[in-house]
Amino acid sequence: MGNYIKLIVLGVITVLALIAANYARDVAYMVNALTVALVAAGLFLWVLRRTGEAVAVGDLSGEYMDGPVRAGVILTAFWGVVGFLVGVTIAFQLAFPVLNFEWAQPYLNFGRLRPLHTSAVIFAFGGTALITTSFYVVQRTSAARLWGGNLVWFVFWGYQLVIVLAATGYLLGATQSKEYAEPEWYVDWWLTIVWVAYLLVFVGTLMKRKEPHIYVANWFYLSFIITVAMLHVVNNLSIPVSVFGSKSVQVFSGVQDAMTQWWYGHNAVGFFLTAGFLGMMYYFVPKQAERPIFSYKLSIIHFWALIFIYIWAGPHHLHYTALPDWASTLGMVFSIVLWMPSWGGMINGLMTLSGAWDKLRTDPIIRMMVISIGFYGMSTFEGPMMSIRAVNSLSHYTDWTIGHVHSGALGWNGMITFGALYFLVPRLWNRERLYSLSLVSWHFWLATIGIILYAASMWVTGIMEGLMWREVDANGYLVNSFADTVAAKLPMYVVRGLGGALYLTGGIIMCYNLWMTVKRSPAVEATNHVVPAE
Amino acid sequence: METYSLLRQFADSWMLLALFTFFVGMVLWVLFRPGSTKTYQDVANIPFRHEDKPAPERQPEES
Repeated sequence: MGNYIKLIVLGVITVLALIAANYARDVAYMVNALTVALVAAGLFLWVLRRTGEAVAVGDLSGEYMDGPVRAGVILTAFWGVVGFLVGVTIAFQLAFPVLNFEWAQPYLNFGRLRPLHTSAVIFAFGGTALITTSFYVVQRTSAARLWGGNLVWFVFWGYQLVIVLAATGYLLGATQSKEYAEPEWYVDWWLTIVWVAYLLVFVGTLMKRKEPHIYVANWFYLSFIITVAMLHVVNNLSIPVSVFGSKSVQVFSGVQDAMTQWWYGHNAVGFFLTAGFLGMMYYFVPKQAERPIFSYKLSIIHFWALIFIYIWAGPHHLHYTALPDWASTLGMVFSIVLWMPSWGGMINGLMTLSGAWDKLRTDPIIRMMVISIGFYGMSTFEGPMMSIRAVNSLSHYTDWTIGHVHSGALGWNGMITFGALYFLVPRLWNRERLYSLSLVSWHFWLATIGIILYAASMWVTGIMEGLMWREVDANGYLVNSFADTVAAKLPMYVVRGLGGALYLTGGIIMCYNLWMTVKRSPAVEATNHVVPAE
Repeated sequence: METYSLLRQFADSWMLLALFTFFVGMVLWVLFRPGSTKTYQDVANIPFRHEDKPAPERQPEES
């Protein structure tokens, strides 16, 4: 019976999507509608072939649901490499404008690839990593199988569909021009549905947990899920121009829209890239170090302080704009107060290794996690400093900001994710160990040197640019034209591109290593079995 | 009073007080609750308990 309903729904979706493609007002909408039709039709056939077959009913409550976690590990690694590759491409496009090929205009120019890069690394790589690890961690720390059965797969593949729709849309010109919230209205609606299902799966699993206490990592994951839902809905309040077109108009306008956007934008950093990834830190660092977190009390205070303070920090993106001074001062003050929980969290992560510092010498995975926490500390120091109005007058609109974002994204988010992937693959595929630890070391050093080249060149070029922009002569005229600053930046742009290339190389080495781990490493007996009935 | 001023005044006074009280209360609860150190030492070990499979439906009685 269930299958018939599924078939009807999928069939209706396919037909509606084809009708939408037929009436499409723009190419992006048409391609997205065809993608939806293709996916729905494929699922229709898949369900049809299984209809009428006997379904094996077994009690699965005695084993963890690791299928989506395995698929997620593969896709995280894949999206990582894709995102880094697009990043290196646009880095060199900035250095050498000739790489904005005429024959590929406008699809592959910097303007369209840039949101593709940011979304690919944040939402495809980071988002898939968060969903994947949250599924793994919530099961292990609740001692319960994921709640929701196939709803879990819906969340997983539904999120991947968001990525594909958004990415193809960007290249074809669909964007609502909000940074980190570029996808157009129908993708936003779909993500909302997927996200609510994600919340249900996560909370459902917590509800049936066997551990009386909810482990702190789950608090971070849960705050990430709830806050992102709130941010996403409010920032994407828009009215479509036509049901058959991708264009929509924002409900807010002017400074209200700007404030909503940066409330969203900064908390995307705070709750997506910080709280969610701290959930990873609070599980994977203790596991890899084989000792509990340094101070559990500190971790609870870290959690509440972080979520109480982060939500106010957004206005620091709008210094010296039409935003009232009191609001931007508020944003600045809260950003500076954020130093405390951020560094508390960093100390908590690092001190987990106290008494086991020798592992840094022998275990490249723990080294990766430690440097990621180090970058967390450094970028959460740099960020509040840049939010101070006087510093911001120099740093804003320069490449310093880009350097700051990347020391956080490549250093903190990237490294902790790599560490988690190296941790997960041998366990998920029942392998004794990784294929090669020396390849992990290679990855570690390539990534670290890449980040250093990136951040250092962006400091130099950003501060140089800021100083050149404000330089005035004795008569009060500006000394440099904008083009002068662009010309002066070339060497740093090349160094930045090289740093990115090193980071990308490290990512490819990781994929090879993980692949060979599954293929070649000696197997161990599976531990995740159905419990025998006794 | 128009909505903005009303909400603004509320946010600046009672809401601020409520949030601040909650936060300070949380810190005191975590740091100074009798027995909290023991409880947290126990729960900090949660990641090391059920790596391979979920806990069985009913915990066997400890003898």
